[in-house]
Amino acid sequence: MSWLDVAKTGGLWALEVLAIAVPVALSVAYITYMERRIIGWMQVRKGCNRVGPAGLLQPIADGIKLFLKETIIPTAANKFLFVAAPVMSLLPVLVAFAVVPFGETTLFGLWKTAHVMAISNLNVGVLYVMAISSLGIYGILMAGWASNSKYAFLGAMRATCQMVSYEISMGFAIVSVLMLAGSLNLAEIVHAQQGGFWHWYLIPLFPMFLVYFISGVAETNRSPFDLTEGESEIVAGFFVEYSGMWFATFSLAEYAAMILISLMTSIMFLGGWDAPLPFLDFIPGTVWLLGKTAFLIFVFIWFRATFPRYRYDQLMRLGWKVFLPVTLVWIAVIGAAIYTPGLSEVIGFWRPGGGS
Amino acid sequence: MLELGFFYLFAGLAVVAALGVITARNPVHSVMWLIFCFFNAAGLFFLLDAEFIGILLILVYVGAVMVLFMFVVMMLHVNLAALREGFLRYLPLGGAIAAALLAEIVAAGFSGVFTRVPNPGHSGGQVNNTVEIGKVLYTKYLLGFEVAAVILLVALVGAVVLTIRKRKDAKYQNIARQVAVKPSERLRKVRM
Repeated sequence: MSWLDVAKTGGLWALEVLAIAVPVALSVAYITYMERRIIGWMQVRKGCNRVGPAGLLQPIADGIKLFLKETIIPTAANKFLFVAAPVMSLLPVLVAFAVVPFGETTLFGLWKTAHVMAISNLNVGVLYVMAISSLGIYGILMAGWASNSKYAFLGAMRATCQMVSYEISMGFAIVSVLMLAGSLNLAEIVHAQQGGFWHWYLIPLFPMFLVYFISGVAETNRSPFDLTEGESEIVAGFFVEYSGMWFATFSLAEYAAMILISLMTSIMFLGGWDAPLPFLDFIPGTVWLLGKTAFLIFVFIWFRATFPRYRYDQLMRLGWKVFLPVTLVWIAVIGAAIYTPGLSEVIGFWRPGGGS
Repeated sequence: MLELGFFYLFAGLAVVAALGVITARNPVHSVMWLIFCFFNAAGLFFLLDAEFIGILLILVYVGAVMVLFMFVVMMLHVNLAALREGFLRYLPLGGAIAAALLAEIVAAGFSGVFTRVPNPGHSGGQVNNTVEIGKVLYTKYLLGFEVAAVILLVALVGAVVLTIRKRKDAKYQNIARQVAVKPSERLRKVRM
């Protein structure tokens, strides 16, 4: 392999990364707009509607404002980690997008077989997403510790407990999906659900779908589980000392994580790029996947406008005493069903190559 | 060539990170270096096509174990001066162990053990790591797997037993009763 080939490969990789990172950044900007408009609508007020037509330029204006603001570093802060923390919380989320398949394409008939639209179609895709997205915690921990502030520290402690507890039930919910799909590859999981909405894992795994999505809400520290930033008790939690662009990086990470959780939920429970009814196949799969994702992001915002914030012990109780037993029982139910003579045909309907 | 480059990158960074763990003045920095070291080790596993083990290394060690490490380090104020005192005292012992390990590795390298094993090459996408490990784990090594599970269960129960304690004077909520409460139990209609 010559240097030219190395340069070519590197350039191609850079293009692939940009093709994911730029749309994600843009969607984050417009999800903030969507959030403000939807919450405004739910609370019977207008929301932002002044900058540009219908307020569409508001995210741009906000971005410029945050970019131009001064970044204040507290005197007592640990300078290096204080600056590194926002990057450490954003990076894992963006890296996790590398294995998300956005659909399948033959590039308008140019290729003989359909290729999966992902930077890397890993065999262990699901595990990869779990492993990488669990690293976002370090950004929050470091932000809380490096700020050298009591509020920030308390917020970081809460965030850590919360993320560690909800990761477990999330993992078990994923296990039940793997039991049906028989693969850790995200594209294979979608293939196992193809052929209309009655093939989606939403139906046999409905409790797991709820557990996964609600744990996802807790994992991203979104309302009603946003007590890491509970402004009534600890001002703003772990990012209380941040300002300007570094503060914006934290929101960028939060919204990107929201997109990631919605994408993963659509892929694992809502059939990914599969059309709900087979005759709707003429609409490209990517449109379906992004549509499902957009709906789940709407549900995130809907939650925020609807539910009051959980108390800390209620949050822990929900994670450990409700979700964890439910997931364990459902795994046992699915496992037993697969090996019970009468039931295996029923559950086999959702398994590739199992039953009729 | 790219692969060799990546090997030296990951291996070199792992060594640098390991040095960082023991030389960092701040315990939190030490933990960060250790996390970085795990990452590079995972990178080495990826180069060997052992993606399952690499991912597990990140998921278990970086995602869970190191978070708890960090938690403890951040909660306790570690007295660094006291920790550094023992450094010179234990240096001869640690140095001797390191030297012995180095000698063993060098000897193994020259004995030809590594050249006798045929180069497995890259299986690429043909062999699914996870499936193969699962097949071996649940057939050939089933007993060991179950013994490990029982040991973990014992550790789990032990942790619960050690930490569970109920204060008599503390007030606890009974969530089930709170949810099951009816308006008639809380509300009294008064005729005015």
